[in-house]
Amino acid sequence: MQDIGRRSRRFDALDKARGTEQFATDIYPPDMLWAGALRAGVPHGIIRRIETARAEKVEGVVAVLTRKDVPGTNRQGFVYWDMPVLCGTRVRHAGDAVALVLAESRRALAEALRAIEMEIEPLPVVDTLDAALADDAPNIHGLDTGNVLKAATIAKGDAEAGLAECDVVVEETFYTPAQEHAFIETENGVARIDDDGTLHMTVSTQAPFRDRFEIGRALGLDPSRIHVTGPYLGGGFGGKDGATVQCLLALAAMHAKGRPVKMWWNREESMLAGYKRHAARMRFTAGAKRDGTLHAVRCELDYDTGAYAHLGVEIMALGMEHSGGPYRLPHLEAKGRCVYTNNPVAGAFRGFGVAQVSFAFEGMMDRLAHALGMDPLKFRLRNAITRGERNCAGVTMTTSTGMEECLLRLRDHPHWKSREAWRADAPPFTRRAVGVAAVFNGMGYGRGLADYAVAKVRLTGSGRIRVYNGVSDMGQGNASTFVQMAGEILCQPESVMELVQPDTDRTHPSGSAAAGRTTYTYGKALIKACETLRDKLFNRAALMLFVDDGSGFAMIPGGVRHLPTGRDLPLAALAAMMHPDDRISMAEHLMPVTPEPVRGGEAFTLGFPHLLFPYAAHLARIEVDELTGRVAVLDYVAFTDGGRVLNPQNFEQQVHGSVAQGLGYALTEDVLTEAGVLRSTDLCTYVIPTSLDLPDIESHAVETIEHTGPFGMKGIGEVGLNGPLPAVASALYSAGLPMTRAPFTFGRVLAALEDDQPGTGSEAAS
Amino acid sequence: MIVFTLNGIGQRLDVDPTLRALDVLREHCGLTGPKEGCGTGECGACAIWMDGVTRLSCLTLAGQLHGRAVTTIEGLADSWDENEATDTTDQPPLHPVQTALAERGGVQCGYCTPGMTMVAAELLRREPNPDRAAIREAVSGNLCRCTGYHKIVDSIEDAAETMRKKR
Repeated sequence: MQDIGRRSRRFDALDKARGTEQFATDIYPPDMLWAGALRAGVPHGIIRRIETARAEKVEGVVAVLTRKDVPGTNRQGFVYWDMPVLCGTRVRHAGDAVALVLAESRRALAEALRAIEMEIEPLPVVDTLDAALADDAPNIHGLDTGNVLKAATIAKGDAEAGLAECDVVVEETFYTPAQEHAFIETENGVARIDDDGTLHMTVSTQAPFRDRFEIGRALGLDPSRIHVTGPYLGGGFGGKDGATVQCLLALAAMHAKGRPVKMWWNREESMLAGYKRHAARMRFTAGAKRDGTLHAVRCELDYDTGAYAHLGVEIMALGMEHSGGPYRLPHLEAKGRCVYTNNPVAGAFRGFGVAQVSFAFEGMMDRLAHALGMDPLKFRLRNAITRGERNCAGVTMTTSTGMEECLLRLRDHPHWKSREAWRADAPPFTRRAVGVAAVFNGMGYGRGLADYAVAKVRLTGSGRIRVYNGVSDMGQGNASTFVQMAGEILCQPESVMELVQPDTDRTHPSGSAAAGRTTYTYGKALIKACETLRDKLFNRAALMLFVDDGSGFAMIPGGVRHLPTGRDLPLAALAAMMHPDDRISMAEHLMPVTPEPVRGGEAFTLGFPHLLFPYAAHLARIEVDELTGRVAVLDYVAFTDGGRVLNPQNFEQQVHGSVAQGLGYALTEDVLTEAGVLRSTDLCTYVIPTSLDLPDIESHAVETIEHTGPFGMKGIGEVGLNGPLPAVASALYSAGLPMTRAPFTFGRVLAALEDDQPGTGSEAAS
Repeated sequence: MIVFTLNGIGQRLDVDPTLRALDVLREHCGLTGPKEGCGTGECGACAIWMDGVTRLSCLTLAGQLHGRAVTTIEGLADSWDENEATDTTDQPPLHPVQTALAERGGVQCGYCTPGMTMVAAELLRREPNPDRAAIREAVSGNLCRCTGYHKIVDSIEDAAETMRKKR
């Protein structure tokens, strides 16, 4: 039995270990065509000519499509519809698609793509925030606000007056790079239009239900005649939330005369055209009282959304909402700007806007603690938010709030207690240090966009339990947890359970796999659906056993038992007596939001603010090689408040994986561009951690009970990513190496070492 | 004509020998266990065995399969002799590395898993008693974006122990 709380093997693990799980990439329908896009290659320009005649003559080519072949709006995007499927005249980043080819083979496809002649008249490239914000900057989207897609200010208290009241005030500007999702399965799917005109698509997607509307709007198709199935993803992390191949693939299918079409971006195309984490610049001023009370923060956050909006405004909103840290901060003023450039398109990524500001607010905490002569952990503990207080954005924390407990547990960890001895024991030409970080991450869509799910569960004709999962599983294991939840309520072992993955014809709209909301929202709906099914089974069993009502029954593995008489009924026998419609239960759930207004928050129509937050306190023990500038993370410890833990194995998986991505973000990962042209085009030039780059990661759950959540849980998919960058930075700071620009490459650390002459900055270490 | 053994079964394929072995396995032989993550030898998701040695099938041409014994994730369990004696379930047998990855949480999205498994199984054939550092070294050419590798290393340690007990 996979009871709630028990460490158990994931439902999907065996098929994946066998290599038999069918991902979207593994589908090769008979008689299929290959589709591929020609990318602009220049970051900003006007298309003067596209000549496809030569490409059309390549043997095996079925069609070569350009902007004129696109029906509908040609606009992708889900809040701002600003991204063309195929560019007509204007090119806004080097990964823009300008033509689409259908061919019988991959070789014919590649040859035809090379044979397309294209002339693009270059325009001045806007490749930095400053270039985009300059008075004379080229206006990328023709907005009245220039390249500023959205500017907003939120406030709590009076930051100006608050700063004036502080005993210490520090200022700093922090920079974070664009980050690549680097899922191992690149963007892909297959599509076909059947005889009655319905588009069928199987695609690696985090949002199969929303995809229908995005495709429909872009291509002028009726969304109700678009059928999307979403198998397990080979990783997503936010990068498959929003159209990747979807619209191109649908357009290709429209020209394939009923044949199936496959599109599969190779790694270089994935890096060129796929979404990134927003690069950010964060100017911070923060102040505290002499007694160690954090008092006021003022910040200006600039997010580089690249050529298109994607969810840039919502990502910026979360950055602003979290910019004061998980602390009881009386005064905050956060200004945000989401800015267009000709850089690769930025979009959703685990830690959604918060990963960036976590570096900044925790960097300020280290600097304030140092200015106050206070222990950095003690300073964080002193200011940690607790339940019933207003958070930094002004929202009262009415839900589980485990920040303080995470920090208390970390304070007792041997690595923290032994930090001075460990530091003193550094080998020659090596600095050792221990850093800490306190982080949080809003859960759910926030206000303005209903965070809801519709669950369905069925007793099959043969007496098995089938869960119809409506939210994609990109690897985080929500599907397995749904099986576990249904098994718990219906008291059935895994061998009795079946699972249907997202399918717009068979499962029900339940939102995207995003925002740490996947297990929470669908889980709540599923619990209700299972309870309804259970009660129904009891009532039907009562009929069959000639007892008055269903009250004396209990679920047992494989059946139900009438406790007063000890009689059992197998599920298969019950199923045989029930009409197929009667064997289904459905239920929905809507995540609660806060009714409390945030000053300035009305600027955001959706996604702001949040009511529920997981919390984490992280510790990193690092060694800095003084000769090379290499930073090695030798030990890593994470304390995480995710409410109640439903499966410790799955919980640890989420923590380990998010810490790993966070350490990559801290140490090596940087989407390099030169005048808007991507230079990190593969996994050699964009370096994600290998097994040799990461330590074992110690994960501890700090179990609060989240009363609004399924079985007391809340989502922890994102919060773990926010900790490593500030924790490593905190360690470096305590080693006399204050870093303001991530990642902490050898060169940057060497420069910091050179700046740290004896008698200057190294007091920070003491 | 390319003649080779695939998971113990003889194959005669009339395909262009300059195709990638990965594509031939996936598209012509229907074995989609080996995955493509990069196509340039950086990620290890396409790892197979040729005559029992790990090779990246994205960097191998179909013609190079000629005369070889090829093993993919689909045939790994059968390559482990102990299975014949111990398999008592109605499920297809598993190699101990597969079992351990599933049981110990070494599988998340599962896309790197087949390649990781082939490399780990080869390690344990060569070195029945590797320490964590040796395991990390062995799988360092296999990128995983989900796990942070910790539970993969746990799993391989576990598999090593299982295999030692059965020897």
